[in-house]
Amino acid sequence: LKFLCVECDRQMDFAERELPGDGTLAAAFTCPACRRTVAMLTNPMETQLVASLGVKIGGRTIDEQPMELTRSAVRGGRDDAFADAPPAGRTRPTWDEAAKARLERVPLFVRGMVQRIYADYATQNAIAVITPDVMDRARSELGLEGM
Amino acid sequence: VSRLRTYRDLTGEDRSGLGAQVEAQQARIASRLASVRNVVAVMSGKGGVGKSFVTAGLAAGLARAGRATGVLDADLHGPTVARMLGASGGRLAVADDGVLPATGAGGLRVMSSDLLLAEGLPLRWREPGRFRHVWRGTLEAGMLREFLSDVSWGALDVLLVDLPPGRDRLDALVELLPRLPGVVVVTIPSEASFRSVRRSVEAAREAGLPIHGVVENMAAYRCAGCTAEGPLFRGDAGERLAREALVPLLARVPFDPRAQDEVDAGDPGAAADALAGAVSALLAQLEGA
Repeated sequence: LKFLCVECDRQMDFAERELPGDGTLAAAFTCPACRRTVAMLTNPMETQLVASLGVKIGGRTIDEQPMELTRSAVRGGRDDAFADAPPAGRTRPTWDEAAKARLERVPLFVRGMVQRIYADYATQNAIAVITPDVMDRARSELGLEGM
Repeated sequence: VSRLRTYRDLTGEDRSGLGAQVEAQQARIASRLASVRNVVAVMSGKGGVGKSFVTAGLAAGLARAGRATGVLDADLHGPTVARMLGASGGRLAVADDGVLPATGAGGLRVMSSDLLLAEGLPLRWREPGRFRHVWRGTLEAGMLREFLSDVSWGALDVLLVDLPPGRDRLDALVELLPRLPGVVVVTIPSEASFRSVRRSVEAAREAGLPIHGVVENMAAYRCAGCTAEGPLFRGDAGERLAREALVPLLARVPFDPRAQDEVDAGDPGAAADALAGAVSALLAQLEGA
């Protein structure tokens, strides 16, 4: 995908991505010359088409987790399929009670991976305590539909 | 006259990053499989010929011969080989580098959707309810890709891939792998199987895949009581397919209810016994002996 600012005849840069949680996606691109921003809005089917490839529009900001596509896309996975070890050699953020409660609602099949993703996001952004607000921001910025 | 510039007119990188991410996925597979000496797909154009039994026997035989062996169950909707290898039940450890495969009989390293799905449930996807046919195949190819790239296979002499019937998954496998896999073709003796498997052999040849040989499964019926053998299916599909493709007939394996019971219970030893000749012939080809 490339976006062209027709007036400036310049290729636009990726700016941000948002997932409102209803299966749709918004990705914004900005003209480097005039700063005009346009948003590409995709319906659930178009969003799923991209997600099925295991890729994110605008690229990734944290490393892909092992078997990320499978774990996030399979419905009815075994609760005890995976034993997620905490990432080695990194200082881990803590979780406040509300964030812990929200994490508890994530199916066990994918919970360990989701926990690692949010923790990586917090570490990368120098966030010491994960709250529901942090989770919302991470979900949208990282394109974690359904997490 | 001005003209709206189109995709190729813009020489800047694709800012969506999709192409680069797909290339990175391919690179991860290549990196992961750099320590795998041989990939061999066990295939057939026909269902119900015992591909998983043959895969289990080959895997157990290779392990018995001292070869580090992995088994990737690419039959995502009908996974059976993990249980045949006694590799079901435990949690799969996830580390930064990847998912550790389950351990089966003889130290076999195994990955299968059977290890991931709740008992009795089919493989289903969390996707919007309409137009599922549009992306289901892509998701399945993605799962196969992650079985290749995200499982910590380690150093292997042989990675066996148990394919479902048909050629779709074979095509996906060939496109994902950094180099062409070899194939072992499984048939039963019948004319119907001959016609169906012949198409798969041709597909493998068209794709330029080395065909290591043909295994004719259920070549006879072995009595569970007296071990005498009698006919089960009419035909000589194994021999004909091998002759046509100019490849060896690796084995003719009788249907033995006792062996099948043992394998179904997670002990592939009897299958390894039945396929011992095929294992030797395969190793001779792979290792140039």
